[in-house]
Formats: sequence, structure tokens, C-alpha cells
Amino acid sequence: MAARAARLSRFNLVSLTLGLAFLYLPIVIMVIYSFNDSRLVTVWGGWSLRWYRELLQDEAMLAAAWMSLKVALASATAAAVFGTLAAVALSRAGHFRGWTLFSGMLYAPLVMPEVITGLSLLLLFVALNAERGFWTVTIAHTTLTMCFVAVVVQSRLHALDRSVEEAAMDLGCGPVEAFLQATVPLIWPAIAAGWMLAFALSLDDLVIASFTTGPGSATLPIRIYSEIRLGVKPQINAVCTLIIAVVALAIVLASLASKLSRAKADSAAPM
Amino acid sequence: MSGARRIFTRPARLAVIAPYLWLVLFFLVPFGFVVKISLSQSAIAQPPYVPVFDLAAGWDALAAAFAALSLDNFRLLISDNLYVLSYLRSLTVAAVSTAILLLIGYPIAYAMARLPRGWQPFAMMLVIVPFWTSFLIRIYAWINILQHDGLLNQTLLALHLVSAPLVWLSTDTAMYIGIVYSYLPFMVLPLYATLAKLPQALNEAAADLGCSPRRAFWLVTFPLSLPGIGAGVLLCFIPIVGEFVIPDLLAGSASLMIGQTLWLEFFTNRDWPVASAIAVVLLGVLLLPLLIYERLQRRQLEGER
Repeated sequence: MAARAARLSRFNLVSLTLGLAFLYLPIVIMVIYSFNDSRLVTVWGGWSLRWYRELLQDEAMLAAAWMSLKVALASATAAAVFGTLAAVALSRAGHFRGWTLFSGMLYAPLVMPEVITGLSLLLLFVALNAERGFWTVTIAHTTLTMCFVAVVVQSRLHALDRSVEEAAMDLGCGPVEAFLQATVPLIWPAIAAGWMLAFALSLDDLVIASFTTGPGSATLPIRIYSEIRLGVKPQINAVCTLIIAVVALAIVLASLASKLSRAKADSAAPM
Repeated sequence: MSGARRIFTRPARLAVIAPYLWLVLFFLVPFGFVVKISLSQSAIAQPPYVPVFDLAAGWDALAAAFAALSLDNFRLLISDNLYVLSYLRSLTVAAVSTAILLLIGYPIAYAMARLPRGWQPFAMMLVIVPFWTSFLIRIYAWINILQHDGLLNQTLLALHLVSAPLVWLSTDTAMYIGIVYSYLPFMVLPLYATLAKLPQALNEAAADLGCSPRRAFWLVTFPLSLPGIGAGVLLCFIPIVGEFVIPDLLAGSASLMIGQTLWLEFFTNRDWPVASAIAVVLLGVLLLPLLIYERLQRRQLEGER
């Protein structure tokens, strides 16, 4: 380990520092400026909560935030269920017929340009004559985010020792029971992490939501996007800072949950 | 053990049914509709295209609808320079951005893999956190910095590096900054995953055999990290080709990427058939890298088993 640390050359250190600075500096600057009292975004006028107060009175923004939250809760939950089922199938079912198509469909949305996914879903909804709004956005987000859940849960299933499951079956459990009693408690944090990733992705999505939503049910990113296009407003800094705070909280909770359960898993089944 | 494994596959195969049906209905079938509408004519109606398949009208109506399909939209894509240039620009922007991402991302991933073991999860988390915060927010943060009286110009003026504010916003430079910034985690994470797995002993062996560290890197580490490079390049290249939001907010309006052209045809011109035709061609262009990516994924999975 000491040998490893010694290998971190000055070049490594500089590139890591610069890389992290590049990633974080713009965000930090924006958070600071969300507390700026000045009406001009770029002139510092002292600390204030003024833009947060104004945000609370912006009803269109609040309605959009509520819509986004509902969609994110519903689609993340559905994505956690479908994604976990898909991960179990991929890692436990062996090579079934249609495996290639299934894994292809599961990985393709991860890289597919969002305009194509959004356009195709909209054309489906129009052809089905479905009224666009909460449900269509939720379905679209579930389709996209279940793939991310599947990847997260599958990597945990891969790392898992199968002997716990097999021991449960030797002790008389059926395969389904063994899975529910022995495996699910161990992959639970991965499912939770997948859920939170799906939640964050849904909260974040602009392109697919733009295609699949109807008039009067804009999500938060759609709202923010149209505000940005109209010109920079200090309020947007405040919205963005709040979103960052929510996401940061979710990440801390997720990593705590995963650490807890890993400790639990290690003590239950030394790997 | 293998007996237990076999018993287990059956319920696991049942588990596949729900996600399989979902993906067929909401991922595969929609592409069928894109293809179908790309062959239709645009119309001033709701929905804005003809023919519309009316299943209730019976077989004759359906056959007539099929007969009305045409390749006109695709002919338009080839004949109009605007579309050809959009595709070319998208591919160029994606190629340049991916190259920059690789140049910036590799040293970061390499340094992360060289960190003491205990620090690595923390460094990984630091790279992932911005990926979890909205990309729209991160683009907006850059608008704050790059605008005319933004922080970048203020800093440059204060340091007397420039005498007048430079134009950053609505330029290709701004667009590349935004793209590289947004996609950096997609490049760093697969590279790090590959580099962290390489046994340290290989480099030590190379050193014992008289390799300088630099030579050891090019002869041992770099070739072994090629799968990670492949995954990172494709994870960035494919979505950047279809990118819409970043060029829309940061690049000038002079030349459009194909994602913006599709968006304009769809929302502004309301020409759904042409938008669909753009999507079909784009999908065709991207299918090759997608297939390569799928192959890489499978090889990686098989390597782990």
C-alpha cells in the first residue's frame, strides 16, 4: 500500500487536482452567487436570501417542481422494480432465448441520444392516442432509468457470493424463498442506490420530458430551460442550489446505506 | 452447486418477463413508429402526418395507407445541404470532444487508480457527484461564468491579461467547454474501472526487466487499458452526436448539430415526418458504434465470469 501511495507522482497529483477543480468550481461559484443580493447576476451585492424568497412566490416554478417530484418518485419506484427484475434475469437466468435482444434493449438507452428516445416515445403515445402529461412522462422516465438500475444492481449481484443462496436452499428454502430471504437483504442497498440514481436522472431530464409531456404539465427542467433561454435570472441560481442540496443529501444517505449494509453483509457472510 | 444453480434459473427466467415486455413496448415498438412516420407525408392536421393507420377501417384502408408511404423525406435529407452539413458537424463535434475528453480524462483516471486503496472510493464519489447534479444546472453555471460580464472576463481583466472583455458565449469554444464538462464523468469512470483492476505487479515486473516507468506505461498499462478507452469513447461519442441542449445554449446559431435540426423540424416547423427521417438516419449512423459497444460489454462480462 505504501508502495502504491509513493507512485502518485507530481503529474498525477496535478491532473487529479485540476480535474476536480474543473468539475467543482462552476458549481461552487453558482451556489455562492445564489446568495447574491444584487439584481445583476455577475455583480456581488452582499449576502442575502432574497432570490430564495422570490422563488417561493413563483407559482409556475413551484408547480413544475411538484410535477417533477411526482414523476421522479413514481418512475424511480417503477424503475427499481423492473430494473432489479432485469438484473436478476441477466445474472441468474443463464443464456435464455432472446438474451441478446434483451441485453441490447437494456444497454441501448444508456447511450442512445435522448432526442431519438424522446421522439420515438412521443410518436408511440400519439399513435395510441394517449393524453400526454404525468403518466406519459413517468412511463418515458421509467424506460430510461430502469436500465441504470439494472446496471447498478447487476454489478452487486455479480460481486455476491452465491453460497448464501445455496446454503438457504440446502436448508430447505425454495429458490424464490432463498432469493427473497438471503439475496434481497444483501442487494437491498444496490436497489436503494439504483432507486436514487433513477430519481436524480428523472429530476434532471429535459429532452425526453419535453417530447412526452403535454401542455400545462411542464417539469422543473423544462421550466428552468425556458427561463434560461429568456435570459439569465438570479432566481435560477437559487433553484439550482436547492436541487444540488437535495441531490447531495440523497447521495450521502445512499452511501451511508450502502456502507451499513456492506458491513452487515461482511459480518453475515465473510467473502 | 451446479444443481442449485440450475433450479435457480427457472424463477430468474420468469423475472425477465415484465422488464422484457416493458422494453419491447416502450423501447423497441416506438422505433417502429419512427420508421413508419418517416415514410409518411406531413400534413396540416392532428396528428400532423398522413397516412394514419386506422385499424378499425379494415384491410383495404390499411393497404391504401401502406401504398401511400414514400421515401420522399429521405430524398429531402440527401438533397438539402442543411441536413448533410448538420450530420457532418455533429460527427465532427463528437469526434473532437471525445478526443479532448480522452486527453483530459485519462490522466485523472490514472491518478485515481494510483491513489491509496482507501482513498479510491472517495475520489470516485467526487467524480460521480457532479454527474448526479443536473446537467442543465451545470450548463447554466457555465453561462454565468462565460457571459460578457461574467467571472472569466472579470478575472482576465483584473489580471490585465486582456484589455477588453472577450466573447465566450455563443461560440464553439463555449460549446466544447460545456460538452467536455458534462461528459467528463462518462469518460473517467470506465477508464478508472479498467485501470484500477490492473495488477500492480505487472508494472513492477516491467521495471525489474529494465523498463523505465514511461516505457512501462506505453508497453504495459496503456494496451491493457484499451477496453476502458473503448467503453469511455463510445459512452461519450454516441450521445454527443445527438446532443441538443448544450449546443443550443452555448454554441452560436450559425451551424446546427443534427439533434438541434431534429428538434427544430419537430417543434418549430412541426414537420414530424422529416424529424422522424432524421432520427432514422441518425440511428443508422450510430448503429455501428452501438454494436461495437455491445460487443465490448459482452466480452467484459465473459471476462469476469
